[in-house]
Amino acid sequence: MQHVSPVRIPLVTSGKTYHDVTEDVCRQVEAKPNIRWMAALSVALFFLGVFLYSVYRTLWYGIGEWGLNKTVDWAWDITNFVWWVGIGHAGTLISAVLLLFRQKWRTSINRAAEAMTIFAVICAAMFPVLHMGRPWLAFWVLPLQNTFGSLWANFNSPLLWDVFAISTYFSVSLVFWYTGLVPDFATIRDRAKGPIARRAYALLSFGWKGGAKHWSRYETVSLILAGVSTPLVLSVHTIVSMDFATSVVPGWHTTIFPPYFVAGAIFSGFAMVLTLMLITRVVFKLEDYITLEHIALMNKIMMITGSIVGVAYITEFFIAWYSQVEFEQYAFINRATGPYWWAYWSMMTCNVISPQLVWIRRIRYSIPATFVLSIIVNIGMWFERFVIIVTSLHRDYLPSSWAMFSPSIIDIGIYVGTLGLFFTLFLLFAKFFPVINMAEVKSILKYGVDNGPTYGGPNTGAQQSTYRPTGAPASAPVNYNKHD
Amino acid sequence: MTKRYALGIFEDEDVLLHAIENVRAAGVKIYDVFSPYPVHGIDDALGIERSRLPIAAFFYGLCGLSFALWMQIYMLGFDWPMIIGGKPHISLPSFIPVAFELTVLFCCHGMVITFYTISGLYPRMKVPVMDVRSTDDKFVMAIELKEGTDMGNLTQLLRSNGASEVNEKEMTKE
Repeated sequence: MQHVSPVRIPLVTSGKTYHDVTEDVCRQVEAKPNIRWMAALSVALFFLGVFLYSVYRTLWYGIGEWGLNKTVDWAWDITNFVWWVGIGHAGTLISAVLLLFRQKWRTSINRAAEAMTIFAVICAAMFPVLHMGRPWLAFWVLPLQNTFGSLWANFNSPLLWDVFAISTYFSVSLVFWYTGLVPDFATIRDRAKGPIARRAYALLSFGWKGGAKHWSRYETVSLILAGVSTPLVLSVHTIVSMDFATSVVPGWHTTIFPPYFVAGAIFSGFAMVLTLMLITRVVFKLEDYITLEHIALMNKIMMITGSIVGVAYITEFFIAWYSQVEFEQYAFINRATGPYWWAYWSMMTCNVISPQLVWIRRIRYSIPATFVLSIIVNIGMWFERFVIIVTSLHRDYLPSSWAMFSPSIIDIGIYVGTLGLFFTLFLLFAKFFPVINMAEVKSILKYGVDNGPTYGGPNTGAQQSTYRPTGAPASAPVNYNKHD
Repeated sequence: MTKRYALGIFEDEDVLLHAIENVRAAGVKIYDVFSPYPVHGIDDALGIERSRLPIAAFFYGLCGLSFALWMQIYMLGFDWPMIIGGKPHISLPSFIPVAFELTVLFCCHGMVITFYTISGLYPRMKVPVMDVRSTDDKFVMAIELKEGTDMGNLTQLLRSNGASEVNEKEMTKE
């Protein structure tokens, strides 16, 4: 009796029922932590330790512990900051932009992707705060009168815009994510056996019961949050790019930066989502929810944004030549052929060439190939930020102050350490929170599967499967098609 | 205060939507319908009006925008004017980013706080639910039982409209 649509491929395979969804997602929340999870967490905690030690060195001895010098006074810190913020963007893209575009496949990956956003922004925020050298004075970035007079913050500075952009982005993403989690916490609460778990998830669920009015408001709130988060996510990386674009350093002072950075952010973010999802789906046995189709779709987005980034690289080069500004021209020749040529060509290979492989269907649908590709892209995007930042700074207008940069062990420690911080948070999330949005997956369970007349009981006369309210005129279109 | 409810348990959303319509047509007032996910069309079937949260969100955003512009113009234009990069004290183009971010900040948080407040959602230890399966895989239609309501008739009505079971539940009002 079940008819599978030839056009719409079901988003969830194996004909899962509502109860199966609950079971599959709650299983790892309710089970005891397994040995693989513990092992992964210990590795992550070790790197978190490396992070804490590096932070201690940075705070106790000052930022002289880093490899910065008078010429290259911005290097790994800002590279890592931009890299992490960029990774975060994919989560918002999936949860907000794909919601607006009604891409139903996002429902099985949005929860984990949003978690990734939040953790990535936490990691990103570490770098500017630590680079302050005296993070206990971090409140100076807020528009408060200074201690000795009535001087305010400078609202003309892109670094101050960053403060507003990143904090707004973080808090809005957190609220968006949490509001989505509330109904799922209610599901876990209602299944919980132990008193502690029941109380804990009751607290987290805010007393959600799933009444019709609450769902109606919930959907409204999700839609508005998505609508507002879409320009927000674009604004965040635009403002990040303005940290560079509003300066006069050759190689930074270009108007192409905002769109180029936003595309790069989505590109690297999708790579990170793929890396995480490919592991999560296997470890938690969620292959029916995060299918090969999802992976192929994400690969396509990666390929498109990667191509935009590639065009941006070439445009930059062209404009440098076309502008006839010799400093600008030198900055780009120096990137490709100067002492940091290896970084430039790593970036070109990883970001421009490798995503083009996704045109091949077999690679798009291959799990090992996608996994390798996603890691390569993340390496490439790290190099992109390094190339932009370090190669522009190390040789600018005055040849007498040209210098090279090499990271100190503390630089490396902080970077590797934020990876530890990120994975610690992600592993805790994956264990105690539902990694898939159960409520939303249940709402798309019938996508692509037409069950025919679902109700043929006595005394109805309602044999059609679509529902039409009494008040609506007979000619009105049926709005209750669950497939739209 | 204790109230009694008749609970019609449904397995499918289409059946549920037809049932809601027929039950309402029979003159029975539905207290609420609990579902594991948002059922599209249930608002019209139950006669729930469209939420006005978007309007609230717009005004919260407007507050954020006004606050941000006032703050920047007051601080850099009047309270302590500074010449930065040779630009005028009140250089509106460079005030746009902060104005936009604060608009979004006020809009989102204002709307979400309003949502939780009007829906009565706040952290609490005990959550009395009508039927625990309503957050898993069942659709639960709750009808308040007043004095003298004939449970037999109600059961018959719900059954004939596709309810897989009909239960009675006593709830203590918080």
